[in-house]
Amino acid sequence: MVSTTTTLEAAYDSKIESNVIVTRVDAAMNWVRKNSLWPMPMGLACCAIELMATASARFDISRFGMEVMRFSPRQADVLVVSGTVTYKMALAVKRIWDQMPEPKWCVAMGACASSGGMYRSYAVLQGIDQLIPVDVYISGCPPRPEALIAGLMRLQEKVDTEHALFDQKRSMFARSM
Amino acid sequence: MAAADDVKWIRETFAEKVLETVEFRGEQSLRVAPDALHPVLEKCRDELGFAMLLDISAVDHLGETPRFDVVYELATLDDSKHLRVKVKVAEDEPLASAVDLWGAADWHEREVWDLMGIGFVGHPNLKRILMWEGYPYFPLRKDFPLAGRPTEMPDVAFTGVAPMEGGPFVANTGAPNAVLREPRSHASD
Ligand code: SF4
Repeated sequence: MVSTTTTLEAAYDSKIESNVIVTRVDAAMNWVRKNSLWPMPMGLACCAIELMATASARFDISRFGMEVMRFSPRQADVLVVSGTVTYKMALAVKRIWDQMPEPKWCVAMGACASSGGMYRSYAVLQGIDQLIPVDVYISGCPPRPEALIAGLMRLQEKVDTEHALFDQKRSMFARSM
Repeated sequence: MAAADDVKWIRETFAEKVLETVEFRGEQSLRVAPDALHPVLEKCRDELGFAMLLDISAVDHLGETPRFDVVYELATLDDSKHLRVKVKVAEDEPLASAVDLWGAADWHEREVWDLMGIGFVGHPNLKRILMWEGYPYFPLRKDFPLAGRPTEMPDVAFTGVAPMEGGPFVANTGAPNAVLREPRSHASD
């Protein structure tokens, strides 16, 4: 009968050793986050068609771990604002952004979401960055799916350089003070 | 009956209430007095076979009185003939609603109300359709600036003023080459 209290001495074990990676918590968290960005598709106009194309087989953003489109803001990491943000829709977009849990990022896809685009008009918000902090702007009307992928990869680079833990702690301290 | 005969028939039936008839490239238009609008439309539907209302639009002739033109586009179901009925209407002077004749008039009249501020008496639900209830302006009127005006309705919506940057950028449609036809700012001319 084998005793259950027996402890093994710590010793060199090639099987374990080759599976251990030394890193910082920040870097590990960033690595996890950037490779599993869950987009919230905020499709508001024509750009949304290109967003759909990006998600489907020919362009396939699942290659970059972004295929889990969430239609609930509570499950999403990235708000992809794709399309014309009218003033009538503006506060609804903001409300969806407010419901997304931290950490979260925002991509302004296309001329309309970035700056109002060709709509210098009474009805269109002149850039979603007036309401929401935008991480990546993608030019084009509409941007090609490749451009959207390039933008999202740029966002991955940005996520990778963030201080995941440190930033979270700082906001925690800020709140308690 | 072709549309030209319809126009003649309406002219005979409504006499001086028909103010003007125009034929342009085979399209028939007639202008009627505001109080005759509803009877004319009703006859068009019931006697002349215009079972379909394609559109209602409005034109702002700022500076003229009466200020607005409201335009009704009628068609038969088999698309064999079209008729355009126009009526002049002043500011703050409502028209008779056509919702009782064509269900399609419902949203079109709301749009005319929303963007031009022309009312319709007898409309069952004359609310704004594109802008929100409480928006204080009629944005397609000529005296409303293209860039918009700032408004604020907490928790509903707000509007700002768009930077025109020398715009609007208008194409020169008659220009001889593509470079000159490009949309450009005409602010300096
Ligand atoms: S940027 Fe162009 S394609 Fe995209 S929503 Fe605006 S008008 Fe449509």
